[in-house]
Amino acid sequence: MSAASPIQHQKSAPSVPAATWTHKDLVGLQDLTAEEITLVLDTAAAFKTVGTRDVKKVPALRGQTLVNFFVESSTRTRVSFELAAHRLSADVINVSASSSSLTKGETLKDTAKVFEANHADIIVLRHSSAGASQFLAERLDASIINAGDGAHEHPTQALLDTFTIREKLGRVSGLHVAIVGDILFSRVARSNIHALLKLGAKVTLVGPSTLVPRVFEQMGVTVTHDLDAVLPTADVVNLLRIQHERQRKEYFPSLGEYTALFGLTKQRAEHLQPGALIMHPGPVNRGVEIDSDLADSHRSVILEQVTNGLAVRMAVLYLCAGVRTSVP
Amino acid sequence: MNSTPTPPASPSPDAPAPGATIVLDQAAIGRCLKRIAHEIIERNPDLTKVALIGIPSRGIEIAKRLAAYIAEFSGTAPFAGVVDVAMHRDDLHRHRLPPRVERTILPHDLEDLTIVLTDDVLFSGRTCRAAMDSISSFGRPARIQYAALIDRGHRELPIRADYVGKNLPTAHGQRVHVRFEATDGIPDSVWMSLA
Repeated sequence: MSAASPIQHQKSAPSVPAATWTHKDLVGLQDLTAEEITLVLDTAAAFKTVGTRDVKKVPALRGQTLVNFFVESSTRTRVSFELAAHRLSADVINVSASSSSLTKGETLKDTAKVFEANHADIIVLRHSSAGASQFLAERLDASIINAGDGAHEHPTQALLDTFTIREKLGRVSGLHVAIVGDILFSRVARSNIHALLKLGAKVTLVGPSTLVPRVFEQMGVTVTHDLDAVLPTADVVNLLRIQHERQRKEYFPSLGEYTALFGLTKQRAEHLQPGALIMHPGPVNRGVEIDSDLADSHRSVILEQVTNGLAVRMAVLYLCAGVRTSVP
Repeated sequence: MNSTPTPPASPSPDAPAPGATIVLDQAAIGRCLKRIAHEIIERNPDLTKVALIGIPSRGIEIAKRLAAYIAEFSGTAPFAGVVDVAMHRDDLHRHRLPPRVERTILPHDLEDLTIVLTDDVLFSGRTCRAAMDSISSFGRPARIQYAALIDRGHRELPIRADYVGKNLPTAHGQRVHVRFEATDGIPDSVWMSLA
C-alpha cells in the first residue's frame, strides 16, 4: 500500500489480484503472460462500449500525440489505429514511407527520433523487417506499438481475433482453433499462436507443406496438410490471406489448386460444427481462401473482427500510454 | 463516534494495522446505508425513474446494497449499474500504472432518469467529475445525485454529496480504507491510517 499520488485515497482493485500492465510498448505477444493478455481483453471489452454511446469519445489520452508510421502500406490497420486514437482524444498524424525522408536515405531510427523531437508520445509502426518495433522500443522514450513487422508479429490482430473468439464462444481455453493458409509468411499466425496457446487453446495449422512446414510443431501446435480432417472438430477456423505480394510462384502451383485443397468451400463448410466460427483477418481474396457467400454468412465474424479491432487498439493505446506517462 | 471493535484478527495484509482508527464497523455501515436508502426514497417520489450507478470499485457494491434496501423499504427495486471513470480521468500521468477500466452498465435510455452516483469515499471530487463526464457521453439524465459512504473533505472541485454516510474530518495525508465482505473477503469495515 505505498502511497500513490497525493490526490488518491485508498481505492485498490478488489481482492482478487488483477494483473497489472507494466509495458511502455507492445512489440509482440510472445513475451506477455496469459494474465496480461486477459487484462488487455477485459480492458477492450470496456472500451468497446464507447462505440455504443451518443458521444463516441473519451478524454483518456487528451493532449497526447500519436504518429501512425506505416513504412509498409496498410489501410485497415492504419484506419483502425487512427480511429482508436481519435476516440481516446489523442492527436494523430499519418506518415507513410513514400512521404517520409526514408526515401532520401534517412535511417529508421533518425526518422523516428524526428517524431520524438516533435513530442510524439506514441509511435505505431508497420515495417517490412522483423524486429523493427523492438529496435525502436529500445531506443526511444515514446511508446512503440507494433502494427506488424515482417513475418514476426502483429499483436493487435491476434488480440482482436482472441477477443472475438472469447466474446462469441465465451472462452478460449479448451477450444480447438484451426489456422489455415499461408503460415510461413504470416505474422498474424505467429501472434495468434502465442495468444491462443497461452490462453489454453489447442491450435492446428493447416496448409500446403511449403507454407506450413513441420518446424512449427516446435511452438506447441499440430501441423497437418489435410483440411477436411480438421474441420469436424474445429471450434474456430481462421483463414489467412494468401499474400500474393510476398510469395514467389514455387510455393504452390496455382490459386485454383490452393482453393481445391485448402479453400473453405460450401461443401467443406458443411463438415463444420454448428456453432463454429469462420474468421479472416482481411483483406479477403473471395473465392480463394473462402467461398464468397460463406464470407457473408451468419457464421462469418469477419466484420465483427474489424469492430473489435478498434476496441482492442483503444485498450492497447490506453495501457501503454498509461505506463509511459506514469510517475516513477 | 460508533463503537470501536477490535480490528479483524485475520493475517490479511488488508486488515487495519495496530493503532489504526476504526471508523465504522459492519453494523454501523449497515445503518449508514439504510439511512441513505431512506433519504433517497424521500427525495425521489418516483423510484421507477431512479438508477443507482456505482463508481468502481467499491461504489458498485454500495449501489447494489442501496438498491436492495430501497426495494425492501419501498417495494420498488431501482436499477443498479456501473460507470467506468478510468477512461474519463484527467490524471492518467499521476498514476503509477494505468487504472483498471471497467465495463459501464447503464439503463438504455437516460432521459427522464435520476442517476444516483455511489462511491465509498468522497475526497477531491475528481472521481465524481469523471463519472459525470462519463454519464453525459451516454445521454442526458434529468438529474444526477451523489451518495458517498464517507465524506473526508479536501475538495479540489466545487462538488458536494447529496447523501453522506459519515462526515470524517481527516488530514490531507491520511488514508481512508473501506472494505466489504463481498468485494474484499473481510468483514465490512472503514478505518483510517497515516500515509
